Amino acid sequence: MRKRMSILAGALAVGLALTGCSSGGSGGSDPDNPDQVEVFTWWASGSEKAGLDALVEEFNSQYPDIEFINAAVAGGAGSNAKAALASRLESGNPPDTFQAHAGAELSDYIAAEQIQDLSNLYDELGLKDVFPADLIERLTVDGKIYSVPSNIHRANVTWVNTEVLESAGIDPMKAPESIDAWISDLQKVKDSGVDAPLAIGTEWTQMQLLENVLIADLGAEGYAGLWDGSTAWDSDGVKTAVDHYDQLMNFVNQDYAGLDWDAASQIVIDGNAAYNVMGDWAEAAFTQAGQTWGTEYTTWPTPGTDGVFDFLADSFTLPVGAPHEEAATDWLTTISSAEGQKAFNTVKGSIPARTDADPADYGEYQQSAMESFANDTIVSSLAHGAAAPIAWSSDISSAVGKFGSDRDKDALIQALVAAAESALS
Amino acid sequence: MRKGIRNWGPPLLLLAPSLVLVAIFVYGLIIANIQVSMTDRHSLAAEGAFVGFENYITLLTEGRFLHSLLNLVVFTVVFIAGTMIFGFIWAWLLDKGVKAEGVFRSVYLFPMAVSFVASGVVWRWLLNSAEGDRASGLNRMLQAVGLDFLQNSWWNEPVWGMAAIAMPAIWQLSGYIMALFLAGFRGIPDELREAARMDGASEWKLYRHVIFPQLSPIALSALIIVSHMSLKVFDLIMAVTKAIYQTEVPATYMWIALTSNDYAKASAIATVLLVIASLFIIPYLIHTMREEKRSS
Repeated sequence: MRKRMSILAGALAVGLALTGCSSGGSGGSDPDNPDQVEVFTWWASGSEKAGLDALVEEFNSQYPDIEFINAAVAGGAGSNAKAALASRLESGNPPDTFQAHAGAELSDYIAAEQIQDLSNLYDELGLKDVFPADLIERLTVDGKIYSVPSNIHRANVTWVNTEVLESAGIDPMKAPESIDAWISDLQKVKDSGVDAPLAIGTEWTQMQLLENVLIADLGAEGYAGLWDGSTAWDSDGVKTAVDHYDQLMNFVNQDYAGLDWDAASQIVIDGNAAYNVMGDWAEAAFTQAGQTWGTEYTTWPTPGTDGVFDFLADSFTLPVGAPHEEAATDWLTTISSAEGQKAFNTVKGSIPARTDADPADYGEYQQSAMESFANDTIVSSLAHGAAAPIAWSSDISSAVGKFGSDRDKDALIQALVAAAESALS
Repeated sequence: MRKGIRNWGPPLLLLAPSLVLVAIFVYGLIIANIQVSMTDRHSLAAEGAFVGFENYITLLTEGRFLHSLLNLVVFTVVFIAGTMIFGFIWAWLLDKGVKAEGVFRSVYLFPMAVSFVASGVVWRWLLNSAEGDRASGLNRMLQAVGLDFLQNSWWNEPVWGMAAIAMPAIWQLSGYIMALFLAGFRGIPDELREAARMDGASEWKLYRHVIFPQLSPIALSALIIVSHMSLKVFDLIMAVTKAIYQTEVPATYMWIALTSNDYAKASAIATVLLVIASLFIIPYLIHTMREEKRSS
C-alpha cells in the first residue's frame, strides 16, 4: 500500500513538473505561413478602432491573400501596449509591425537595433516626394528613416466656446496675437463671472500647454533647438515661457490633476470654461456633443503659434526579426498609399501625411489643418513622443506635474534643465 | 537507509515542482533583478555595464524618489492607523453585543471582496477635487449638508494629499481587521473575564491586563498584513489618480521607469521596495518562529 502511494506521488510530481514547463500555446501568428501579418497597435476602441478597421479593409482589397492578425493591446493611451511590446521585443518574439509615435520616441528602439531602416521602401514607393520635406526631416535619424506615418495630428489648437467669450465681450473668431494678449482676455472672461476660463487636465495635457507656450515664446526654431541642445533650458526665452505658463495656470479649473483630456474638453463644451488647448482629436468630442464649428465652438492655433504646426503622428515600423517581413512591407505599402491614408484618416478624424490627398474627402476642420500642414513650419510635439525620447518626456511630465501642485517656477526650470542634461548626455 | 528514502522521498517528490518553480520564479528573479539594478541599462539596448550601487545612490539622492517615499510614509501611517482603529472599534462594539451582528459583520467585511481597482474607480469620482459649482462626489455631499468649509482638493493637496488616498484603503480593509479582532475577542474564554471581575478588576483594568495581552498577537499579524499591503500599493493609486506626480509612490514610479525603458532604475526601485517590505516581514517571521519554538 505504502509503495503504491509513493509511486502515485512520484507520478503526480512528474506530471506537475511537466505541466509547469509546457508553454502556453501560440498567439495565432504562424512564422512558417508567409501569408500572414501580425499588426500590433493600441487602437482598440472608438474612432481609432474604426480607423483601423477601415485600414484593414483597404489592406484586404490590396492584398487579398494576406491574413491580417490583430494584436491590439487596449488601454492607457498606449502605456499598456508599450509595456507588452517591450516584453515581446525583449524575448525575441516581435510582431510583424508595430505602432509607435513617429519621431524621437522611436530612438530607443533604433538604439537597441530593434527596428529596421526603411529608406529603401521610401525610395521604392516614392514617399519622399509625397510627404512634406519637414516631415521627412523629422522622421530621419542619421540619414535613415525607420517608420511610415499613417496619420498626422496637430497639438497646438485652442478650442474656444464662442458663447462664453461673447458674453465677456470678446470676439471669439479673432485669436489673440500673443500669450500676453490671451492672458488679458482670460482675465476679462474671469471678470465676467467664469471661475476657471481655461480648462486643463492631467499631467500630459499640462505638458502640452507648456509646449504650446514654449513654441509661442521661443518661436519654431528656438523650440526645435530645445531638443538638440542649441536652446538652453535656462535661457530667458524658457523663463518667459515658464512665467507665462504660471500665469495661465491661474485661470484653470482646480480639479485638473484628475481629469483626462476629454473631461477637460467637456468643461468647454458645457460652457463652464472658455478655452482648452488640445490636439485636433478633440474635434470628435465637440461634434459628438452636437456642436458646429464656427457657431457653438471655434478653433485657432494657440496664440503666438500661428504659422507653426505642432505635429505628432502614429507610424508603423518593421521590427528586426519580424517573422513575416514581406507581408509587413505590404502592410506598410498600404498605409502609405493614398487610398490607405484616406481610408484611415477620414474615419479617425486625423489628416493624411501625404500632401497629394484630395481635401474634398475630408471635413471642414481637417481641410484647414491639411492646408496648414502643407504650408506652416512643422515642429515636433513633446507631449506625444515626437520631440523627445520616452525617458526625457517622462521626466518633463513629472516636473510639470510637480509644478501643478507647488507652482515653484525656479524648481520647474531646474528640473527641466536636469532632465535635458541627463537626456542629452 | 532504504527506510529513510521511503520516508522523505515521496514528500520531497511532491514538493519538488513547487520548490523548483519558487526557486526560479521568485528567488531567481530577485537575483536577476538585483543584477540589472547594478548595471547602467537605462534603455532598451540589451546589456549594460556593471556600475555597483550607482543607481541606488542616484535614486536615494533624487528629489522625486524621496517625494514618492514621503508619500508612501504618509499613506502607510494613515492607512495603518485608520484600519487598526476602525477595525478595533467595530470589533469591540460587536463583541459588546449589538443586535443583528451578522448584518454588521457582512456590511463591514464586504468591501474586502471588491478589488482596489474596482473601488478605485468609484473613489476617483468621490475624491475629485472640484469645488463650488462643478463639485461632485464628497465635495458635493459636503455642500449639500452645509459643511462647505470642509471641501478640499483631496489628493491634489501637496503634502497631506496622500492621506486622502488612504481613505479608500481604510474603507476597504477595516472590515478585515475587524474580523481578525473579533476572532481575538471571541477566543478569550468568558471564565477569564469572570475571574477578573470576581477579583474586583474595573472594566479598564480588565481590558488593560486581561484582554489586550490576549489580543496582541492578533494585533501584530494585522499590523504586518496591512503594512505590507500598504508598501506595495499600486493598483489603488493607478485607479484613483493614475500615475501622476502628486500621488507618486515607489511602485508607480517603478512602473513609469519601466515603461520609459529605464530598466536599471526600475529594478533599483524594486529592490528598495523589497528591502523596505522585508524590514517589516523579517522581524515578524523571527517573532513567530520563536513563539512556535516556545509552544512546542
